[in-house]
Amino acid sequence: MHFLVANEILYCIEDYCIKAFCKLRTSRSSLTEDRSKMASIRCFLRSGKSAVSVVLRREFSKTSPAAVQVNVRDALNQAMDEELERDEKVFLLGEEVAQYDGAYKVSRGLWKKYGDKRIIDTPITEMGFAGIAVGAAFAGLRPICEFMTWNFSMQAIDQVINSAAKTYYMSAGAQPVPIVFRGPNGSSAGVAAQHSQCFAAWYGHCPGLKVVSPWNSEDARGLLKAAIRDNNPVVFLENELMYGVPFDLSEEVMHKDFVLPIGKAKVERQGTHITLVSHSRCVGFCLDAAAVLAKEGVECEVVNLRTIRPLDVETIEASVMKTGHLVTVEGGWPQYGVGAEICARIMEGPAFNYLDAPAVRVTGVDIPMPYAKILEDHSVPQIKDIIFTVKKVLNM
Amino acid sequence: MQKMLTLISNVYRLGNASKNVGARMVLSTRFFTDFTPQASFDIKKCELHRLEAGPSETAVLTREQGLQYYRTMQTMRRMELKADQLYKQKIIRGFCHLYDGQEACAMGIEAGINPTDHLITAYRAHGYTFTRGVCVREIMAELTGRRGGVAKGKGGSMHMYAKHFYGGNGIVGAQVPLGAGVALACQYQGNNQVCVALYGDGAANQGQIFESFNMAALWKLPCIFICENNKFGMGTSVERSSASTDYFKRGDYIPGIKVDGMDVLCVREAIKFAADYCRAGKGPIVMELETYRYHGHSMSDPGVSYRSREEIQEVRSKSDPITMLKERMLSNNMASVEEIKEIDVDIRKVIEDAAQFAISDPEPPLDELCNHIFANDLPMEVRGTNPWVKLKSVS
Repeated sequence: MHFLVANEILYCIEDYCIKAFCKLRTSRSSLTEDRSKMASIRCFLRSGKSAVSVVLRREFSKTSPAAVQVNVRDALNQAMDEELERDEKVFLLGEEVAQYDGAYKVSRGLWKKYGDKRIIDTPITEMGFAGIAVGAAFAGLRPICEFMTWNFSMQAIDQVINSAAKTYYMSAGAQPVPIVFRGPNGSSAGVAAQHSQCFAAWYGHCPGLKVVSPWNSEDARGLLKAAIRDNNPVVFLENELMYGVPFDLSEEVMHKDFVLPIGKAKVERQGTHITLVSHSRCVGFCLDAAAVLAKEGVECEVVNLRTIRPLDVETIEASVMKTGHLVTVEGGWPQYGVGAEICARIMEGPAFNYLDAPAVRVTGVDIPMPYAKILEDHSVPQIKDIIFTVKKVLNM
Repeated sequence: MQKMLTLISNVYRLGNASKNVGARMVLSTRFFTDFTPQASFDIKKCELHRLEAGPSETAVLTREQGLQYYRTMQTMRRMELKADQLYKQKIIRGFCHLYDGQEACAMGIEAGINPTDHLITAYRAHGYTFTRGVCVREIMAELTGRRGGVAKGKGGSMHMYAKHFYGGNGIVGAQVPLGAGVALACQYQGNNQVCVALYGDGAANQGQIFESFNMAALWKLPCIFICENNKFGMGTSVERSSASTDYFKRGDYIPGIKVDGMDVLCVREAIKFAADYCRAGKGPIVMELETYRYHGHSMSDPGVSYRSREEIQEVRSKSDPITMLKERMLSNNMASVEEIKEIDVDIRKVIEDAAQFAISDPEPPLDELCNHIFANDLPMEVRGTNPWVKLKSVS
């Protein structure tokens, strides 16, 4: 991420130099001469860029980052606030996002700051307002369309897939759809079958969509800003149980132009014996399991997918080629799920030859979510399930 | 002495009767503690849409009916308040949408239809679960997620079912096409039954409701669409969500009736009218019940960020459905204060007993986890959280 901030700064410098150069041009210099001069300036700047960015990187790691505690909810809130401020065309719509401050308070304070035009309360009509949001994106705005939970997106899924995801392709590049659909995804606590489904696999299945699933506050902040700045439809899967969890964020992450690349996974923990690949809340469980396993001498490498689509296969493959073992962990159902896709890709790629054991998935139980606490607890992957699976895969 | 006191108190109560909207009393010269067997009440005239004539403007209430309605509504009220308490003690978790304030709707509807008729509603369903025949114990045990719950603890607050009661539905508006479908089945089977499909003011803008209206009208389905307008869809008032707040007219080509949802007799007469209309094969009908919820949208909504405490207090003091019924009965000598008190004490016991059961009943057993995936199927294997865990599922 240092690189990206440095990137932005360097592009600004480049732009400034070129504009300054253009001003200095005299009428006598030929166009070709000017062009070659501009080209050499660009080359100089670009070669210097890597040097400069290295320096900057070193600078950043030298100075101790002033860590600030931000929970996921506030990270999302700040990201939206900054992007609303940065670009007039960005606006938020959804149920209870304005005057109620958001059903889960993610949009707290935004209506007070930006008013009715930019923060819009909709009636309870998902198909309608999702369609309206996509239409607004067609005509040049950059909507953030909130679903109170992703379960309700099923009412609007036609607009997400057929109107948003496929349009750039169908129009052969004429009509981009710069929209973000966001909301909490997956299971919560005691909200029963109709309110607990994970949609990562459903949306991850569709070409034309970017699907992002952050875990911590840094993910939430960087990926939401990236999603809003992206000219493509992005499905942003949050997690209600993570909203209140605080994380330390460095000064660099708190910078208003901090973005994370969509499509790039992060290795949260280095390890040598086995690779754990996960997304969203389960990343935390994997880290907890890794801490327990470390005491028994098993070093797990934990990969935080961050993005479901496009899937960062390279990072997963590199890790598997190092450890020789793979376990995927997700909250969603197993059949045709995220883990299934990862296992298939590993089978089809170079990492297969490095596997010392079959790749295995840890998933939610293949049932609708029950209400009773004891049943709900046994319907989702727990840390002990991850530990059990790791040991089975490692033949311990 | 006793008889004299009764006579004096009767006279006093009769004198107080003017509080009620034009109630006509049956005078009797009595010296014994017997009660008026029945009385006739003038009720609010309903606004009509595409109807020449509407529900009756007088309602006859017998003493038995009055006591039954009182008991049922008070039970609903106390049950919801107990649920509030248990939720705050974290014994109930997840979503909990309480119905207190709206009792007259559930009671009035049940009083006007037959037990063989059908009913479906959204997530604010505890009251209807009770009126449709599930006992308080089973409702409360479902809220606490125990094996004695009506859905064995697997459904929770929003997913309770009974015979001819199709829940309890979590997705806003989805229950309306379902209700129209039940009505289709009634027509198909020629059983002279109707389906009552309820939804709220927030749901009233859902496209699928208009799709249901169209098909129900086209095919003359015996469906009574009822909008329980409690003025707020979560935190959004009707003015902020709906271009037209005349919910009884939103069926457009479907006739509509606007009903005072705080008056159980009003609701009953309206639903009787609607059920007769549907049974006569005239097609669907839309009803709007004007009502109010005292609690917020759910237990995680305090309910005062979008409305004032004064407003809530005013409705409670002026339009409470249970108080209204009680005052009607007392002022018409259809019941005594002591009798009502006795009923209250009895209900308190029932609720306490149910709460006790709901807290002490054990949670569902783990081997129940994967059951009820498919109906009428052979037992099958279900994948657990990892490939080595193979669970059993039985129909």
